[in-house]
Amino acid sequence: MKAYLELVCPAGTPAALRAAVDAGADAVYCGFQDCTNARNYPGLNFDRHELKSGIAYAHARGCRVFVAVNTFARAGDFGPWQRAVDDAAALGADAIIVADLGVLDYAARTYPQLRLHLSVQAAAASAFAIRFYRETFGISRVILPRVLAVEEIAALIGQTDIEAEVFAFGSLGTMVEGRCYLSSYITGRSPSMDGVCAPAEHVSYQEEGNCLVSRLGEVMINLFGPDEPAAYPTPCKGRYLVHGRPIYLFEEPIGLNVIPLLAELKAAGVTALKIEGRQRSRAYVSKIVGTFRAILDSLAQGKPLPAEAAELAGVAEGGRETFGAYARGWR
Amino acid sequence: MSNPAKSRLTLGPILFHWPNPRRRDFYARIADEAPIDCVYLGEAVCSKRLPWFEEDLPEIAARLRRAGKEVIFSTPALITTEQEAAGIQALLDAGETIEINDLACLHWVRGKRFVSGPLINVFHERALDVLRNHGARRVNMPVELSAAQIATLARHNRTGETEVFAFGRQPLAISQRCYHARAHNLHKDNCQFVCGLDADGLEVSELNGRALFAVNGTQTLSHGFLVLVDALAELQAAGVSHFRLSPHTLDMVEVAGIYRAVLDGTCSADEANARLAERIAPIPFINGYLHARAGREWQPARPST
Repeated sequence: MKAYLELVCPAGTPAALRAAVDAGADAVYCGFQDCTNARNYPGLNFDRHELKSGIAYAHARGCRVFVAVNTFARAGDFGPWQRAVDDAAALGADAIIVADLGVLDYAARTYPQLRLHLSVQAAAASAFAIRFYRETFGISRVILPRVLAVEEIAALIGQTDIEAEVFAFGSLGTMVEGRCYLSSYITGRSPSMDGVCAPAEHVSYQEEGNCLVSRLGEVMINLFGPDEPAAYPTPCKGRYLVHGRPIYLFEEPIGLNVIPLLAELKAAGVTALKIEGRQRSRAYVSKIVGTFRAILDSLAQGKPLPAEAAELAGVAEGGRETFGAYARGWR
Repeated sequence: MSNPAKSRLTLGPILFHWPNPRRRDFYARIADEAPIDCVYLGEAVCSKRLPWFEEDLPEIAARLRRAGKEVIFSTPALITTEQEAAGIQALLDAGETIEINDLACLHWVRGKRFVSGPLINVFHERALDVLRNHGARRVNMPVELSAAQIATLARHNRTGETEVFAFGRQPLAISQRCYHARAHNLHKDNCQFVCGLDADGLEVSELNGRALFAVNGTQTLSHGFLVLVDALAELQAAGVSHFRLSPHTLDMVEVAGIYRAVLDGTCSADEANARLAERIAPIPFINGYLHARAGREWQPARPST
């Protein structure tokens, strides 16, 4: 059966990789245990041996493996990024996901046969940006930044004729990816260079009366009343005072879910759907991937959405969902 | 490595949505009075604002040039529309030098020399080389870099010109969503240009009342003012050739004079900090990134011996 849309799934750990493959992923993406990928959290990611086994497991079941080397190489310290590219190539990754000009340059020159996917961290938001990356580095696919409306995605694919991958489900950043310094402004650790946003060692929760205060470093990100679910203190999802009024200025703690838009995205020419969540549990990955597999198979056969589609509501971050930038009113 | 004596002061684009008379008066004073070598004009944050003032730009540019200043045109941080693309093409066709803030611009600049702006990710020497090979003649360091990282890149920078953001609220993020509109219960498509209400940005505080960010339409900036006078000598010695002052409503001619005096060695950093504090307080100074710390922090210089 021809895939309706390719399903690209998160593999934060070897166990999650196997869960995603078993649940029907067309591809999984993962990273090494260091600053070279944008989910550099303790307990996540792969050492070289685990990646080798993971690739063997996936390939034996017809699933591709993309390796994210998608942070920005630090001045005077190219070694980790070079090793990540070298090892991903040597271990047989089907593509590497890259954002940095320097890493793209190195990979394109050293491994001309290795497929390059342009990471969302590069935030290529126009046909002009995509053409630059394709002509300069020969990228095969772009993961589109989460700032475009569906009709803009359609126009962009029409003008570039490139494989486009879009985020379908999971956490939603509100800033242009790869150029957001809110977390380093507060903690000193950089999402761009260290691969970590709102690092756990800077997070604290404190009860004050019957409320719960969440902090990142010394900065109060939110205060939850007794009836409110507490959210992780990501700076772009905090509650702040503006004109003396507490509001979610940037975004609410809310998850992205594009299931109702899948037909539109397909019609727009999108090649692949990306499920966010390398930091999520194996059980979560199993459930989301399995449900998306069932949905995409139904759509491919011209059938209505299966009943499982509704079950994903409430699984998203904060238990609430948004179409994000795909719907124009978001801006 | 550049000669420290030749350090240049630049004036970044006005990041905020100022009314035309204020813009014209501002640049008239800069042309006549400020010891600024290079002025960046244009709109880097939200291209919806450009029609309000673009008709004035040729005259402003001419006046600045008559005053002996280099003029470079800044371009948007995020390019998604045909109008934005056409605007960049028109600048290049007119023979202007542009500052790029979205790598999409590299699609047009081919063969033409350009300035890489502070919103371009240049964290490593190889990225710097890619920009140089595409025609960069000056490269701005991202604001997130430490002094050691800046020094590494400046030493390697074969474009010959390295610029550092040295004064003003520090750009931290850009979005497609307009937070100014959102703060007024509006959407970007019908924003009523409420960003014009806050000429230095809209204060955003923690729930305990402590100011944290300043919002400027789709852009988020630091609340504190980046003040780098303590580090100018070190950065000059490391090969930084250009220091950028970002326009605010305080007296920028005065600010430029203070920075020029520190660069020329006629004013101590301590005295400069004191004079700047008189104009900026109670808003705090920040310089954390330069010291490889959280950007919002301030690390005073070690006492000189």
